[in-house]
Amino acid sequence: MSFVEYSDCIQDGDVAIVYLGHESMTPVKVKRGSQTQTRYGVIRHSTDLIGQRYGSKVTCSKGGWVYVLHPTPELWTVNLPHRTQILYTTDIATITMMLELKPGSVVCESGTGSGSLSHAILRTIAPTGHLHTVEFHQQRSEKVLEEFKEHRVDHLVTVRNQDACKDGFGVTGVADAVFLDIPSPWEAVRHAKTAMKKHGGRVCSFSPCIEQVQKTCEAFSDQGFEDISSIEVLLRVHDVRTVYLPLPDFGPDPSAQIQPDSTITPPQNHASIAIKTTIPPRDVQGHTGYLTFATKPRT
Amino acid sequence: MADNVDDDSLYTIKEGDYVVLKRGDVFKAVQIQTKKKVIFEKQWFFLDNAVGQLYSTTFELAPGGILQPRKPKDPESSTDTKGAGTDNRNIQDDGKSQKLTRDDIETLKEQGLKGQEIIQQLIDNSSTFKDKTEYAQDKYIKKKKKKYENIVTILKPSCRILAMMYHGREPGKICHLRYDTLAQMLTLANIHANSKVLVFETCAGLVLGSVMERMGGFGSVIQMYPGGGPVRAGVESFGFPAHFHDTLHEFPICHLNALIAGTLDTTAKDPSADLKESDMAAEVKTEAEVKTEAEVKTEAEQKGSPEEQSMETNSVADGSLVPKKEEEEEKRREAKAQEKKVKQEEKRKKLAAAASLLEGRNADGLVIASRFNPCPVLMALLKFLSPSRPFVVYSQYKECLIECYTKLKEQGGTVNLKLTDYWLRHYQVLPNRTHPVLLMSGGGGYLLSGTTVAAERSKPAASRRDEEPAPKRQKVTEG
Repeated sequence: MSFVEYSDCIQDGDVAIVYLGHESMTPVKVKRGSQTQTRYGVIRHSTDLIGQRYGSKVTCSKGGWVYVLHPTPELWTVNLPHRTQILYTTDIATITMMLELKPGSVVCESGTGSGSLSHAILRTIAPTGHLHTVEFHQQRSEKVLEEFKEHRVDHLVTVRNQDACKDGFGVTGVADAVFLDIPSPWEAVRHAKTAMKKHGGRVCSFSPCIEQVQKTCEAFSDQGFEDISSIEVLLRVHDVRTVYLPLPDFGPDPSAQIQPDSTITPPQNHASIAIKTTIPPRDVQGHTGYLTFATKPRT
Repeated sequence: MADNVDDDSLYTIKEGDYVVLKRGDVFKAVQIQTKKKVIFEKQWFFLDNAVGQLYSTTFELAPGGILQPRKPKDPESSTDTKGAGTDNRNIQDDGKSQKLTRDDIETLKEQGLKGQEIIQQLIDNSSTFKDKTEYAQDKYIKKKKKKYENIVTILKPSCRILAMMYHGREPGKICHLRYDTLAQMLTLANIHANSKVLVFETCAGLVLGSVMERMGGFGSVIQMYPGGGPVRAGVESFGFPAHFHDTLHEFPICHLNALIAGTLDTTAKDPSADLKESDMAAEVKTEAEVKTEAEVKTEAEQKGSPEEQSMETNSVADGSLVPKKEEEEEKRREAKAQEKKVKQEEKRKKLAAAASLLEGRNADGLVIASRFNPCPVLMALLKFLSPSRPFVVYSQYKECLIECYTKLKEQGGTVNLKLTDYWLRHYQVLPNRTHPVLLMSGGGGYLLSGTTVAAERSKPAASRRDEEPAPKRQKVTEG
């Protein structure tokens, strides 16, 4: 297992995602001799996990069963331990495309936070790219590096414990893309420019408030960035349901001339029709943040 | 790609390159060919001068369709605005504010005046301009710039640019797949280097190209195609290096049943020939095993030789009677036949290679985006995925994805099913004028995504399996 390469079977030391059913999952560090409690009973790593194929069904001690899934950045995003607010897959997908990330890209990111976006970036730029990520909170930067090691992607990433607004990204003229998710991104724009390749590249800033966007756009413009564009992408999930719509009883229909003792029965009182449709979830996330993109021209 | 290379040659426009022209928000993909006229945004020009320039250079259109790299931006003071009004209470819409007539403007254009200069003329001759508010003046200039500034930027193609281009220019060709939805597909399917991905699309090759870009030439992509051959116009536009194409395989969807049933004969020459031979193939080989290359070759030779012989005898027989001219004709025909045979041989090899990749039934991802009803496509292609791998299906319509969802729930073998769509809003961000852009895209299509899991074995046909594991209801002992 690695977050950047699939493997077929579960091995000692892997991180596996245990699927408990209906959006309920939990990440498990696979360790020989270790056990994991679930609501369906105990999973014994040595016998139940190690050597099994990813995607197989594992029967727990109480007779219930779970599926064990191969980790992906998307599954990690919904399972990771939060140390900060995180970016979710909808924004991550947009960022990845609009920053033009691909294998070989060199990317700068700040802050690292809980590493939700970092894992997605690493997946996309592997095996030849590199991520320089900056996190000013020391404990968070240590924790995330530990995770990168566990997930076997640490060879693709450098974590720096510094302030991107003051000290920049620790690299000069190497980045194809820069991503900013900090409270005052406008203070880091000039550092972003320094970090980027002479030939230019793409930059993105994520901010929840429009005032932040306003200031950031001004900073981009002042630093000579081009094609500045702010967007918002929202996810809509559709719950698939069969709904039953009752048919009203209009009473006997005299115009329908039916022989007195015909075999056709009049419509029943509780007649209804079934429709396969979707309904929106009761609560939906209406706003995550504005994404501002820009291009750094050749300098 | 090396990290620190500052080599201009990597960023230089060369002849034969696939590039994207940009003006405002409008894009057009073209190939750089010298002395070839290109029409873009009601302008025609030649791309000759672009060769040797760097990507992302903006060019000005000079008379005669010649591109000239634009000098660093003139200071804004050139369209100097002296004073501005505070409101529009005294501005009358009498249609007489512009002193220049249409003919005057045409004359200015014919004189070869630059866009910037024409705009200045328009401002100078507008009686209301100085009374407009600062914001209205800004808007006026922007509008005129759009009309009179003949500039074009040449960009290096990318998934972002091409997806935006197709969505803007030819949404019908890509089943109205909006670029943000395409972005979601690539992420939900966990497309990355060193994996084996199945793609079924009728989006002009845009989806296939995007998948290939994300794989960076590492791993393999198998394009399942309907009809006579794969459509790849969109893939060309990406301008991938040659080695990317070594990772691309193709498999005709019309052979899928045979492949699943194990009756596919990869020695067949073409789909029609295959149909004729299918009976025989079924008899000879109950399991479609891909032949080793040597086997394929010898068989081809055996098949080929009788034809050649008969051709030879023909030419000899005729040659004694007919003049030389016809003999040459015969020779040419023979050469053509030979060429055709080589092509067929190549095609067969490709089919065999794709079939062998599929037969492992261990693909790492599946992406479907087509005008076909997705349900049967999904059901057939899911069989080729390893367990614990993501898949994503795009459709312009929600109803057919509801069908897929229902079918998958009945059948089992997948978890994490999600039917989604996305909402994309652009913002105008300007000092004191920030608001959402007036026009937004009404629909970007729908996605159904999920993850495969190990299929249930010997499952009663009628049993419907809930996605939720039910601890007490069933006790499963997996063999």
